[in-house]
Amino acid sequence: MRLLTPRMGGLLALAVVIAVLPAFFPNKFYYDIAIKTGINAIVCIGLNLLIGYAGQISLGHAGFYALGAYGSAVLTARLGWPGPVAMVVGAAAVGLLAFVVARPILRLRGHYLAMATLGLGIIVAIVINREIPLTGGPDGMTVPALAFGDWRVTGTQTWYWVIGGAVLLAVWLALNIVDSGVGRALRAVHGSEVAAETVGVDTTRYKVLVFVISAVFASLAGSLFVHAERFVTPVEADFLRSLEFVTMVVLGGMASTFGAVVGATILTVLPQALAGFQDYEHLALGAILMGIMIFLPKGLVPSLAAQWRRRR
Amino acid sequence: MAEFLQFLVSGITIGSIYALVGLGFAMIYNASNVINFAQGEFVTIGGMATVSLMAGTGLPLILAAPVAIMIAALVGLALEKFAVEPARNADVITLIIITIGASIFIRGGIEVLLGKDFHRLPAFSGDTPIMVGGAAIQPQSLWVIGALVLVVVALRWFFDRTRLGKAVLATSHNRLAAQLVGINVRTILLISFGLSAAVGALAGIMTAPITLTRYDVGVMLGLKGFSAAILGGLGSSFGAVAGGLALGVAEAMAAGYVSSAYKDVVAFIIILGVLFFRPTGFFGGKGVERV
Repeated sequence: MRLLTPRMGGLLALAVVIAVLPAFFPNKFYYDIAIKTGINAIVCIGLNLLIGYAGQISLGHAGFYALGAYGSAVLTARLGWPGPVAMVVGAAAVGLLAFVVARPILRLRGHYLAMATLGLGIIVAIVINREIPLTGGPDGMTVPALAFGDWRVTGTQTWYWVIGGAVLLAVWLALNIVDSGVGRALRAVHGSEVAAETVGVDTTRYKVLVFVISAVFASLAGSLFVHAERFVTPVEADFLRSLEFVTMVVLGGMASTFGAVVGATILTVLPQALAGFQDYEHLALGAILMGIMIFLPKGLVPSLAAQWRRRR
Repeated sequence: MAEFLQFLVSGITIGSIYALVGLGFAMIYNASNVINFAQGEFVTIGGMATVSLMAGTGLPLILAAPVAIMIAALVGLALEKFAVEPARNADVITLIIITIGASIFIRGGIEVLLGKDFHRLPAFSGDTPIMVGGAAIQPQSLWVIGALVLVVVALRWFFDRTRLGKAVLATSHNRLAAQLVGINVRTILLISFGLSAAVGALAGIMTAPITLTRYDVGVMLGLKGFSAAILGGLGSSFGAVAGGLALGVAEAMAAGYVSSAYKDVVAFIIILGVLFFRPTGFFGGKGVERV
């Protein structure tokens, strides 16, 4: 775990951005968007490890995210568990689930893998929608505040700093994973699975590992989300939410942790900014998305970084 | 027995729709290796354009439907020309995200032009059910199944008997080799998108009297069509049809005998089960990875 490397410089820059940003927020609404951005960023940082580094696609991460969200919601609201315990138990359960399904699922390749993860995500979404006594069904459910001992985490500003800290932690973890032996093994798997196996990389083990890590990231983000919002609906488990996460990762730039953060930021802020166009919101969003991917096919961060290097 | 027959008929009906949408996925995948996430939107265009043409201009169904199919085909061509073609050197995943952008764009466009309300198309030949062995068959079911049979026969003829169809097949097998024998691969790509959009729109028109239609009906149908194509084995047209029918019947049986709330769960568990034993679906070729 090295602290001062060029990558860590990026982490420092991100910390500065998070620290100064509130100075430009005119009202609470901006904090709210920033919190949602941070939560999406945490999911994308984990998902990018899977998609960008290991080259495995998942169209079902909203399922893991929603399991974390509803795990926290049900355990705290219905069973009266303390928030942090529910969060950790939820993440552990999601990690275990991911571990169990990973082996049969990760045997699949490409679009078949996409289908399998999509199926899992949809099953989660349907169960959450139908188990009304437990989850409140489509109407959603309210969630108690998160409390560490006597400290109750409430208020948008407090949550801004909590989520900001969580994003930094997630980035730091991801950067270390990428720089470790695991990261190198993952890149080998991405390059060519057969070649990686030939030189002795246990590809299955690493794929399973990164699948579990990304699922746990999503679960923790889901838990944070329900406590920050104090409310959750099954929309969070929707298939379109899974698509949104993947889109954020690819838009920001695959195999770039900061790209995942940028992608999450753009796709969270943009719909809010376009809301003023009312009926034309989706038309504009689709056009912008297509435009970015056509002109910067490697995603924002890697494409712009390459251009900047060429200029120098 | 009558009950079983009833479930079977409704399963084959909805399965035929899935099969038509799945065929669209298979055609574009064959030509470009891209999973077109805007496929469901072609289905929406078919239904919505037909309804609007009939209501707005008073065209009869027999004229409105072909015009709607042509509109969808034009949108398919435009998608290839202005969104996929300019990014042809990008990764497959980038192309997939472009089609996701296109699906949001098309949904947004329909929202702006035609609003967010549900629309209903009257059944093509009345609502009087035909009784067969104790099961009531809606005439619209026969239209849907007939459309699938027609499309399959027409595609078979196109791929087996016409030069153009053979060129499409050749391109899907080996793009470079096709190019070397003088096939214009870009034209093939355009044709695949146009044809796929037309088939999707046809599915949308056929199903509109059964399920109603709205700017976002394509999302769920697209998902099911993708599932059908995967279940059958990507890239196999025959597989997409078999996958669609299997999915539809499984859903109908699950809804009838298990629980209608959990019919989709049963369907997806079946898909996961099939993939567990056959990682490339019923008829998918064994993929070989090159180092």
